[in-house]
Amino acid sequence: MAELGMAVPSSAGLSIDRVTKRFGEQTAVDALSLTINPGEFVALLGPSGCGKTTMLRMLAGFETINDGTIQLANRTLASADTHVPPEQRNMAMVFQSYALWPHMSVADNVGYPVKLRGLRGAAYHHRVQQALALVELDAYADRMPQALSGGQRQRVALARCLVSDPSVVLLDEPLANLDRHLRATMEHSFRDFHQRTGATLVYVTHDQTEAMALADKIAVMKAGKLVQWGAPETLYRQPRTAWVAGFIGQGSQLKVAAGHPGKHLESATLMRGLNAIESERTQSVLVRPEHIQISAATASSATPTHNQLAAQVENVIFRGERYELTLRLPSGETLLAYHHTAPDLGSQVAVDLQQGWCLEPDQ
Amino acid sequence: MTPALNYDNKYGSDNKYGSQHRWLLSSLLIAIVMLSLAPSLRLLIEALSDLAQGRQSPLWQVLSSASTWRALWHSLYTSGLGMLIAMVLGSLFAFAITLTNVRGKSWLVFCFMLPMMIPPQVTALSWLQLFGPASPLLKSIGLAPPLGSPQPLYSAEGIALLLGIQSAPLVFLALRTSLLSLPRELIEAARISGAKQTQVWGHIILPVTRSGLIAGGAMAFISSLGNFGIPAMLGIPAGYYVLPTLIYQRMANFGTGVLAEMAALSLLIGLLALAGVALQQQLMNRSRFGLGGHSGRSHDFTLGSWRSLVTATLVGILLIILVAPLLALIISSLVPAMGVPLNAETATLNAYAEVVGRQGATWRAVNNSLWLAGSAAVVLMLLSLPLAYRLQRLPERWRGVVLSAIEIPYALPGVVLAIACILLFVRPLPIINVALYGTLGLIFIAYLARFLVVCVKPVAASLAQLDPSLEEAAQLAGAGPWRRLGSIILPLVAPALFAGGLLVFLLAVNELTVSALLWSAGNETLGVLIFNLDEGGESVLASAVSVLVVVMVASLMLTLSLLAPRLPKGVIPWQS
Repeated sequence: MAELGMAVPSSAGLSIDRVTKRFGEQTAVDALSLTINPGEFVALLGPSGCGKTTMLRMLAGFETINDGTIQLANRTLASADTHVPPEQRNMAMVFQSYALWPHMSVADNVGYPVKLRGLRGAAYHHRVQQALALVELDAYADRMPQALSGGQRQRVALARCLVSDPSVVLLDEPLANLDRHLRATMEHSFRDFHQRTGATLVYVTHDQTEAMALADKIAVMKAGKLVQWGAPETLYRQPRTAWVAGFIGQGSQLKVAAGHPGKHLESATLMRGLNAIESERTQSVLVRPEHIQISAATASSATPTHNQLAAQVENVIFRGERYELTLRLPSGETLLAYHHTAPDLGSQVAVDLQQGWCLEPDQ
Repeated sequence: MTPALNYDNKYGSDNKYGSQHRWLLSSLLIAIVMLSLAPSLRLLIEALSDLAQGRQSPLWQVLSSASTWRALWHSLYTSGLGMLIAMVLGSLFAFAITLTNVRGKSWLVFCFMLPMMIPPQVTALSWLQLFGPASPLLKSIGLAPPLGSPQPLYSAEGIALLLGIQSAPLVFLALRTSLLSLPRELIEAARISGAKQTQVWGHIILPVTRSGLIAGGAMAFISSLGNFGIPAMLGIPAGYYVLPTLIYQRMANFGTGVLAEMAALSLLIGLLALAGVALQQQLMNRSRFGLGGHSGRSHDFTLGSWRSLVTATLVGILLIILVAPLLALIISSLVPAMGVPLNAETATLNAYAEVVGRQGATWRAVNNSLWLAGSAAVVLMLLSLPLAYRLQRLPERWRGVVLSAIEIPYALPGVVLAIACILLFVRPLPIINVALYGTLGLIFIAYLARFLVVCVKPVAASLAQLDPSLEEAAQLAGAGPWRRLGSIILPLVAPALFAGGLLVFLLAVNELTVSALLWSAGNETLGVLIFNLDEGGESVLASAVSVLVVVMVASLMLTLSLLAPRLPKGVIPWQS
């Protein structure tokens, strides 16, 4: 950073404590608590209408809060009776629509936040030039935003964020308007941006792969409530509830008579639990497809060994590097598995489950 | 017959059916466009004919007359000043109502839009009742100036003030549209960049919406330029003539003998107005930045402790520009004669009894106007659906041409259209030998030409919103073109069609400018009646008629507001 001449960002930690937001009768965010460390890249993830954008707008100060507190490095930004206006929060935001002012050139757009902070003359131009260089748009300084492509506009919006050295950068579904190819490039820019600036980033998205790829930590939200808060690996390997397990990654949920929520199941326990009578199988267990081994059942040995399950191939989808199989277990449950060859539809296979993860039921 | 042949045959006949309906609709379209253009073309020919006579030609005579240039200057002065007043009032209301959290927004909008719908002669009359030595309101509260002191409104500035109030809603609408399409994110991005509320106004909102404001100003200028009622009621008594009143006065004094000169004068003012329209459309196009993002509701600026003060200011302005003059009008209608103060003993409903009870000119005018407006609304509703339907299927460029053609009679000042209609129908119609000049029929035809676009626009907007697959599905189900029009399209656009008809009725029933030149004894309209009563010194009776007119306008507007949820955006001018 020092050789770039940009000030070292004063990135700060955010503490969100039991924040509640009601719109009339409806509760958009319900007693949400999060602690975000300085310099962390955090994603708010959830289906549309889960309150994640409302949460982001409360952080920015565009919405007041009904209950709880938001603190930035021990300074109270918002509570039931205090509200620091957005312009005094020293934050920056990338909007889904980029929100570039159409009557200003690219350089004016980027320079606006530092101009408001009183920077003038050579120092101002130097700062704008550097911010544009960071997003590789220095050649476009005098263009109008209407003359840029979607990806370029997005990078101008990013440059405008980093020029003023904000404590927190907020991003509201910044990739939603871009095509798939451009998304991959922009994901890279965001990661790069985070590494270079070390800013605290809060990123709202409904796309779980985007969140997994970018964030240090993810807050999964549903109906205004925080369902799980953890690193991407934790969310994938140890989802708390059945709903999170279904929302993140692929996998199958089976009923077994073994284990307790929040515990791993080894292969043998899992198989025993699956073979129990139906009334005793009450615990939901998540089995990821990479933990399933498939071997062709020979016609003569129709009954597999006690460590294997018999299953019928119901559906086969070609995914390039592998085939995705839908299998029907004797219990009637379906199982998603990967395999390197395509078995015939309707054929019998032997299935070996290597591990599972026990889930809490949904409220 | 083989099934294949059978199918071919059926297909063939269907095809013929389809082309027949297209042919019918197309001829309707062409006929309407020709009829819309005919008066303007006739005017152009009349004004430019006899140019060969050199200095004797009417155009040259008009252009070399001092009174023409004086009236032109008066027109430009009053309209320009009126435009400035309209821009101040309109932008104050547009900014406050659209962007801040003032109280009672929908009532403020309704009351601010009301002056645009109240006929200008009623506005002028009500303000005349508010000021001056004979004002019953001032008499009643003992504030009337001594007899013989001048009426302050009989002046250029008085005309400009009322023109400004009448056209302020136009500025309000143009600016409000451009503010509503200002994405909320642009304001939020500025605020999170560190801009205070005042800086957001100066740096973002004003620059982005500037073209909308200027376009609104241009519209206010054009509308003031063509206004007849206000300069007629306030200017003629003071000998202060603008172009429309000059034409009216000449026609009133000299009749059809000066038609050629009047055509030349009309051409002058018509060109001025059309140039204004072109400028305004250009600016409207430029004001569209192609803004992305969530438009709709713009950011609410929280006024905090200022909220009550701002609300009170807006209400105060409305009290001055709307409530006070209307109150003066009502008081004037309740006194036995001008100059008598209103109190428990003098209050009387005689004027109303006279208007409603006596079967004189008053009743006849009301009758004429209701019939004219009602039948114009019905005929235009019948024409609008097939017209808009055919228009929808034209290529983009042609659609623009046709819409401009039917817009011309509405965009031209009413006086110009009236002169054009006189020119077109002053001689009996050939072949059938029917004379329209001097009959209600001429006013009716002028109304059809003038208000067609008012009815077509909401229907076209509604049709444009329809998913084309709705009609395609009906077509696949076996419905022919007429059947589709009747059973699929009509029910879906019916609210817009009805709103269009109501708007036509609202505008036509109060119309003065066109009928001021086209009326004749026995064929007065409501607008002419108020004007004539006031000119004849019967201010009390004129006030009573005006009060009834305002009540009718307000209730029609409320009816339209009730329809609003079922209409496409922008059909009802005072709702968004």
